[in-house]
Amino acid sequence: MLNSMMIFALLVIVIFNYAFGNEATLEVKVIDKKVVDLLAPGMLWIAFTFAGMLGLSRSFAGEKEEGCLEGLKLCPVDRSDIYNGKVISNAVLMVLMEMTTIPVFVVLFSYDLKNIPGLIVVVLLGTFGFIFVGTLLSALTVNTRTREILLPVILFPVLIPVILSAVTATGTLLASGEFSEISGELQILAIYDIIFFIVAQLVFEYTIED
Amino acid sequence: MRKKILSALTAVLILVSAYLVFFIAPVPIDPGSAAGDPNNFKIFYFHLPIAISAYLSFAVVFVSSILYLRSKEQKWDILSLSAAEVGVIFAFLTLASGSIWARSAWGAYWVSWDVRLNTSLILFLIYLSYLMVRQAVEEPEKRARLSAVFGIIGFISVPISFLSVRFYSRMHPCVVPPCPGGGGGGIGGVVLYYLLINFAAYFLLVASLMMIKIDNERLKEKANELKRNNL
Repeated sequence: MLNSMMIFALLVIVIFNYAFGNEATLEVKVIDKKVVDLLAPGMLWIAFTFAGMLGLSRSFAGEKEEGCLEGLKLCPVDRSDIYNGKVISNAVLMVLMEMTTIPVFVVLFSYDLKNIPGLIVVVLLGTFGFIFVGTLLSALTVNTRTREILLPVILFPVLIPVILSAVTATGTLLASGEFSEISGELQILAIYDIIFFIVAQLVFEYTIED
Repeated sequence: MRKKILSALTAVLILVSAYLVFFIAPVPIDPGSAAGDPNNFKIFYFHLPIAISAYLSFAVVFVSSILYLRSKEQKWDILSLSAAEVGVIFAFLTLASGSIWARSAWGAYWVSWDVRLNTSLILFLIYLSYLMVRQAVEEPEKRARLSAVFGIIGFISVPISFLSVRFYSRMHPCVVPPCPGGGGGGIGGVVLYYLLINFAAYFLLVASLMMIKIDNERLKEKANELKRNNL
């Protein structure tokens, strides 16, 4: 799972490099930025979300085989603990994937990252928002006929706040490097994470109940 | 009988309100401040009630989803399906009527950085995916349960989506105060009466569409039961 996620994210970045590699070094005089500064946040988050989607769509599918989910449900623990465990494993996979994707991006585009601690905060908050909702909807779609197609279709509209705020915040950080400018986006990401973590604890049991 | 009265009343009220808007009601804003033909602002009489009807339907989906998960009674599932379908149609009509107006007033069908436009689009997309969830599950009990979960998640994400696009500029006219930068409002007197008639007409339309859909679903249920008993 981790291998395919990493390789997929790598391939996305490589394709972007082929597509935008020549233009990326140009400078946009009007706003005093390089083209790569404008494209970087979008490219990174497209790679993260698409590769993350691969992981999520398999997250519960493995448990369905051999009736493993039934075994988990028989465990004398709260149903939301199954959800929390899945969140942790998905988050680990996704963070590892991101840790390999960003260096590849830096190398291929000869890019200088500014404000790395800030970037880590934004990426982690965005990743958790993605994982909290994604794990819940992955459990929801695992029982449906067309789960591989259905998950991205229903996940992206709900994820719009995360993607929008994470992309804007990443863009601001990469361009100017100021942490104080992105407080609005950080607040939205934090609110989203907290609300959906709580909601998922409440409704998760209904998604795997029989 | 009661249903027939409701449908007839809806038809009459829709026709009356359309006639009033096209032939009698005044342009709802001060004609001097409008770009292009000020008559295009008359679409506001449809646009606002349709948008509010869509929001109301989605709130019904949310509440009946919660009630379904609590009680597991099938009537709540039927109600949320009906409300979602009507809501999606009205959300689409909001986008369509807004775009037609925007073309005439702003010169473009879609302005991709406006708060209100983006929020309406996200709302429409979320409930389209709600209908996708329903389509993907065959067993009625499981379908009701999973779509209720999605109905709750989707509704909660809407206000956060609104927050996340609030940094965008605003081009959409602000009618209901409080508006950013003060002002707004400007509905009063005779415009308000025509607007209220339109509100009544479209709320009744939502109610009768939902009623028809609920009846359809009940009949479908009955037909399925008969089929099962005869097998």
